[in-house]
Amino acid sequence: MTGTLFEQLWSDHRAGTRADGRDLIYMDRHVAHELHSPRAFARLRETGRKVRRPDLTYQALDHSVSTFRPAGDTGAESPFIVAARAGCEEFGVHVFDVGDPEHGISHVVGPELGLTTPGSSYACPDSHACTVGALGVLAFGVGTSELEHVFATQVLALKPLKTMRVFFLGTPAEGVTAKDLILKAISVAGADGGRGHAVEYAGPAIETLGMEGRMTICNMAIEMGARTGLIAPDETTIEWLAGRPLAPQGPDWDSAADWWRTLKSSPDAAYDKEVVVDCEGMETQISWGTDPSQVVGASQRVPDPADAEPARKEAMARALSYMDLKPGTPLSEIAIHRVFIGSCTNSRLSDLEEAATVLRGRKVAEGVKAVVTPGSSQVKRDAEARGLDKVFKEAGFFWGESACSMCAGGMGDAADPGDRCISTTNRNFENRQGPGVRTHLASPANVAASAVTGRITSARELLAGD
Amino acid sequence: MKAFTRLTGIAAPLLQNDVNTDQISPVAGHGVDTDYSNTLFYRQRYDSDDNEIADFVLNLPQFKAAQILITGDNFGCGSSRESAVWSLAGYGIRCVIALSFADIFRENCLRNGVLPVVLPADQHRALASKVAEIDGAEPFTADLEAQKIVAPDKLEFPFDIAAAERDALLRGLDDIGVSLEHEDEIAAWEHSMAERRPWLQTAARPR
Repeated sequence: MTGTLFEQLWSDHRAGTRADGRDLIYMDRHVAHELHSPRAFARLRETGRKVRRPDLTYQALDHSVSTFRPAGDTGAESPFIVAARAGCEEFGVHVFDVGDPEHGISHVVGPELGLTTPGSSYACPDSHACTVGALGVLAFGVGTSELEHVFATQVLALKPLKTMRVFFLGTPAEGVTAKDLILKAISVAGADGGRGHAVEYAGPAIETLGMEGRMTICNMAIEMGARTGLIAPDETTIEWLAGRPLAPQGPDWDSAADWWRTLKSSPDAAYDKEVVVDCEGMETQISWGTDPSQVVGASQRVPDPADAEPARKEAMARALSYMDLKPGTPLSEIAIHRVFIGSCTNSRLSDLEEAATVLRGRKVAEGVKAVVTPGSSQVKRDAEARGLDKVFKEAGFFWGESACSMCAGGMGDAADPGDRCISTTNRNFENRQGPGVRTHLASPANVAASAVTGRITSARELLAGD
Repeated sequence: MKAFTRLTGIAAPLLQNDVNTDQISPVAGHGVDTDYSNTLFYRQRYDSDDNEIADFVLNLPQFKAAQILITGDNFGCGSSRESAVWSLAGYGIRCVIALSFADIFRENCLRNGVLPVVLPADQHRALASKVAEIDGAEPFTADLEAQKIVAPDKLEFPFDIAAAERDALLRGLDDIGVSLEHEDEIAAWEHSMAERRPWLQTAARPR
């Protein structure tokens, strides 16, 4: 096939073109979440419309249910969940309900169940829908109106996007994780470097990465402003999907897998924009500021606005003021009070294993409050079967239930004003993890290492002391 | 959708880049039936005791009734929450002028009758200094029909917008209705996909 993978999938899913030039891109799978669906259901009622394909539509309940909940809690205290359940009942949509074996964060549950497969399309009213692009899926994060649009039509009316490739050059050092690669890429591309584009990630560092690491990479496409991100499927993808309950079965699996193997950008495909990230000599990355492009290596110091280009100075000064940091401070001297491992970025089994490897036989530092929440009930069961829950609990972590938790600060899952939190999440925005909370983004390994020392610490530094 | 034709109102400056939707509409202000009239920039407008923060632009007396906002690059980045647009519209701001907008936020604007205006850097700079000079004393006009922002002294700042987007805003078009005119094509696509890749048209249910 010719063109980029994104262009191929776009053209494959184009059901029509409107008079205003927007293409109608068919959504093979649609997973809604409860902060958006109640209003979209209400609009359907007002307009007398139905959900066109309830059989291709699912409802996640992830943003407004506490991960600190006691067993048996159904999330009924969230008016969003109550309204979403009622709408799903009325319109015939399946709910991944709180307490169900398939409950969890939408972008974790979809791939885990085999709901999102290579070459398919996916919509979710959440900007991190791009996570599932890791499987070679055409994924779109949307707002409430677009959610209502997919409910009623099963298509999105989209203007064509430009294409962009983020190419990871060279081999990352041992201990440099997917999270480090994507934080570095965002710092190179900028917080709006991908605006108007669909990003394809490529290069040897991507090819050798496992499926879950690829999801971490694609998850943060939106943090460079891209509308979506994706990675061409390969044998890693196919092996990872094999046997998942909602993936194609029997003869369908064989023909699907044959087709998936053809899904790649043609060698002569042209991208509108290219960003190269050199992995040689790259160290692990930590954010210091209030947007995900404000990132430096873990051994570095807090940068000085005086050294920055003029257009960046003011934003840097504002970020430093909010973060209560002085230029020139070594990251390793910054004390932290809170630790969070979880979210659609880093809450899968391999993320928890990465953190547990650091924590085994160690304790969370005095005065540090540490929380880990698996991305789904399935991840929780798998982690417990491997004894990871014990590692976390023995280290002094709170072992929570699955949901968005401290990523967005909903339902009381937040830190306290003034707290400095090192977090595996995707956004270090002001007040994101609670009013006045200062967030540093990092990999699960580095978050775990920081929990142990009570200051920003790379796992490499901690383990070197062994 | 509420149509947008022409708006005359106070223009307020928020000349920062990368203003994200968590800032515009903090998650704590969300509710199923919230009217979003007082949630805009909540954490910047109010302190933790819900007292106004005096120096935030929308708390300055001359900008309290602002209906037009001029901001920098990449406005509306981050979360796809449509409450960012509802909060702006709820406050009364139905026109945002920027150097650029985040993709999802801009789409949300177009579906809620909020006009996103992108100006080239030199025009943006000139309008920003005009907004500073006027300082809320007199209203600006955002005229979609004529595709221009008009300052109180009649100085004009023309802007580009795709003809179809302009038309949809001017008429307050029901976007879903427009797509539903293509229902036959959507059904034909489904039939074709059911032949080509049946597993994509027959999703299973867990359990």
